[in-house]
Amino acid sequence: MVQGISFAYAPLPPEVESLRSDVRRFLHEASKDGLLAPSAEGGAVRFNRDFSRRLAAKGWIGMTWPRIYGGHERSHLERFIVNEELLFAGAPLTAHFTADRQSGPMLLKYASEDIKRDILPRICAGECTFSIGMSEPGSGSDLFAASSKAVPDGNGWRLSGRKVWTSTAHLADYMIGIFRTAPATRENRRHGLSQFLVDLSAEGISVNPIRYPSGDHHFNEVVLDDAFVPGDHLLGERDMAWRQATSELAYERSGPERFLETIAVLVELVRILGETPDRYAAIGLGRLIAGLQTLRHMSVAVAGMLARGLEPATEASVVKDLGTAWEQALPAIARDLAEGVGEPEARLRFEHALARAILIAPKLTIQGGTTEILRGIIARGLGLR
Amino acid sequence: MVADRLIADTTARIFADLAEPRTVNAAHDDAWKVEVWRALVDAGLPLLWVPEEAGGIGASFVEGLAALEAAGAKACAVPLAETMAGAWLLARAGLNVPTKRLALLLPGLRLNAAGRLWGQAAAAPFASSAECLVGIVEDADGVAHVVLVERPSQMECSEDLAGDERGSARFDGTLPVVGATLSREVGRRDLLLLSAAARAALMAGALDALVEMSVGYAQERQAFGRTISKFQAVQHLLARLAGEAAAASVAAQAAGWALDRAEGPLAYALFDVAAAKVRVGEAAGVGAAIAHQVHGAIGFTAEHVLHRFTHRLWSWRDDYGSETFWAEELGRHVAAAGVDGFWGRLTGNPEPASRSVGLEI
Ligand SMILES: Cc1cc2nc3c(=O)[nH]c(=O)nc-3n(C[C@H](O)[C@H](O)[C@H](O)COP(=O)(O)OP(=O)(O)OC[C@H]3O[C@@H](n4cnc5c(N)ncnc54)[C@H](O)[C@@H]3O)c2cc1C
Repeated sequence: MVQGISFAYAPLPPEVESLRSDVRRFLHEASKDGLLAPSAEGGAVRFNRDFSRRLAAKGWIGMTWPRIYGGHERSHLERFIVNEELLFAGAPLTAHFTADRQSGPMLLKYASEDIKRDILPRICAGECTFSIGMSEPGSGSDLFAASSKAVPDGNGWRLSGRKVWTSTAHLADYMIGIFRTAPATRENRRHGLSQFLVDLSAEGISVNPIRYPSGDHHFNEVVLDDAFVPGDHLLGERDMAWRQATSELAYERSGPERFLETIAVLVELVRILGETPDRYAAIGLGRLIAGLQTLRHMSVAVAGMLARGLEPATEASVVKDLGTAWEQALPAIARDLAEGVGEPEARLRFEHALARAILIAPKLTIQGGTTEILRGIIARGLGLR
Repeated sequence: MVADRLIADTTARIFADLAEPRTVNAAHDDAWKVEVWRALVDAGLPLLWVPEEAGGIGASFVEGLAALEAAGAKACAVPLAETMAGAWLLARAGLNVPTKRLALLLPGLRLNAAGRLWGQAAAAPFASSAECLVGIVEDADGVAHVVLVERPSQMECSEDLAGDERGSARFDGTLPVVGATLSREVGRRDLLLLSAAARAALMAGALDALVEMSVGYAQERQAFGRTISKFQAVQHLLARLAGEAAAASVAAQAAGWALDRAEGPLAYALFDVAAAKVRVGEAAGVGAAIAHQVHGAIGFTAEHVLHRFTHRLWSWRDDYGSETFWAEELGRHVAAAGVDGFWGRLTGNPEPASRSVGLEI
């Protein structure tokens, strides 16, 4: 294995795999109750509080967190299975996904005991939605150019500035964002940013939609105008947000959501190709499947590392780079293989899935860190920077 | 649980001591091949997959493939994979396993009613230098037999892209040394599947070596007053190479786990073995091109060791079924399950999966 990057793979153990059947039965019930019905606005990015509550009742939110905070102390491998099945099903996960994946673990690590006891159980109950406030108009890949400010005020802080591309902020209860608490130093331009927990219902905060080219509303501008947050809402160490970001990335970048967002295209492709495709289509399909299966295994490998208490940030970047590249290439390949094939009804379904995939494909390699930034991280893991 | 690395480490050491690519690239003859083979035999590695009671080591497929990955990382030029797979088949068929260098009998042969071998086998890696050839051959009634034959003295010999020998054997009524009817425990394509997985592991190892060499070279080579590793374009090439190598390694490991989990015929592991051969073969093409690009002209010389890896990658991806061959298998396998069985095939759990359906308008 290469220096700096290690992917020791072991399959999910049978006792973990058995959870898959539970999740499928759960989804079957949810489907009968109309909870998997497609939203009017379309897309996998869907918000359904009822669905999240139901999932919570099964113990499938905050699965790996301590029981005292409402968690279930189960393994990252179990969490992987639940998520993978939910994602494949196109289930509406937006109401809890970010909190479950990264905000919760962040709070567990850096928040005060009071905050943990207050918020984590609400996340685990499916009642609490989070968003992430990193990007600003003048700060995207270059996170440390953030200029939104936090100024001390009595026993708390006053936040001002503009966050952009803040997914789900219009539906979220909280945002975890980075704010400048000190200027950067000459030795370390990453210095001076702190992470804050922000209650989005606080006075002085307004959330305005920013629309995708398709017109869909998923992300927002969040404007903060002297919004007050209590002192203990500063998470972790003041001025040192840059150090806290890496563990978050290992969670954020390695999951199956990095290659299953438009899986409907592949499913509908399989449908229209039928059970005996011609040679050209069989070969193309086989190559797609080989890529997907390998990504699944890589994602399991990273979940295994998380389960062993490691912080595989470089490996997670590899999964996201390969996963998003695979998914971004999927619509063009599917479109080619499907040419001239399929019954009219199946074609219609395929074409709808395809249209959606083509339209959202560009964002896959931008959100959560661009391909170029990921490759920079991998290069650092290789010792090149 | 992560597999035991002991066997892989032993393999790596033997190759490092006796078949280090830099050393053998400068060698004037093939004497080193004799030495490394002897050391491999002394360590019992060719019989890794033969059960202990049959005189082997009884290692798992995962452990054996990890050993092959280590061998691939040294551009293995001896029939270790072939002998491991052939010996496994013989033992599995209940036959005695000779301590000989083995190569495989590829399709093209038939057994007649008298149990004699006829026909011309497709060219097989290392067949022209092996001592015996092993394969699964059908008789006139379509019954499959495991056979072991002495290598014929007359062969059509050729070389692969790396210059490693291969050969096509012609048989005109040769009596096999031993043979056994295929039992229910063994599938007709077991040898092919195992050999494909073995090639995937060798390629994964070679890709690991490409990453190490290319990263090392980029950190030494100076241009424009700094090492080329400082150029972002080069960093991104290397990051992609590392990603391909990682994918290859995981795919090969997963094939091993699937083989270990297959009870009875290895066809149960078809999905992961085919996926591995396809994905690793793709990584071989991408990875070799990147490694050459990073090395510049020096990598495009006989003196430089790089070609020992890239030429083998280009050959290995064709051996025992190319990406195209296995992609077609995999595509048909998935399609045959229909849209409702698709996710079951990927996850290995056939229970029906619900999906959010309807037109997402
Ligand atoms: C759908 C979607 C949802 C998002 N949700 C959120 C969210 O919820 N919260 C949040 O905070 N942010 C969110 N983002 C923002 C996302 O994190 C940023 O878009 C991303 O980090 C890139 O920043 P940017 O858009 O400013 O592009 P830039 O950083 O300006 O990059 C533009 C181009 O330049 C390249 N580039 C930049 N720097 C380098 C470099 N050093 N080397 C080589 N190339 C470079 C980039 O790779 C890219 O190709 C979301 C984005 C999208 C598309």
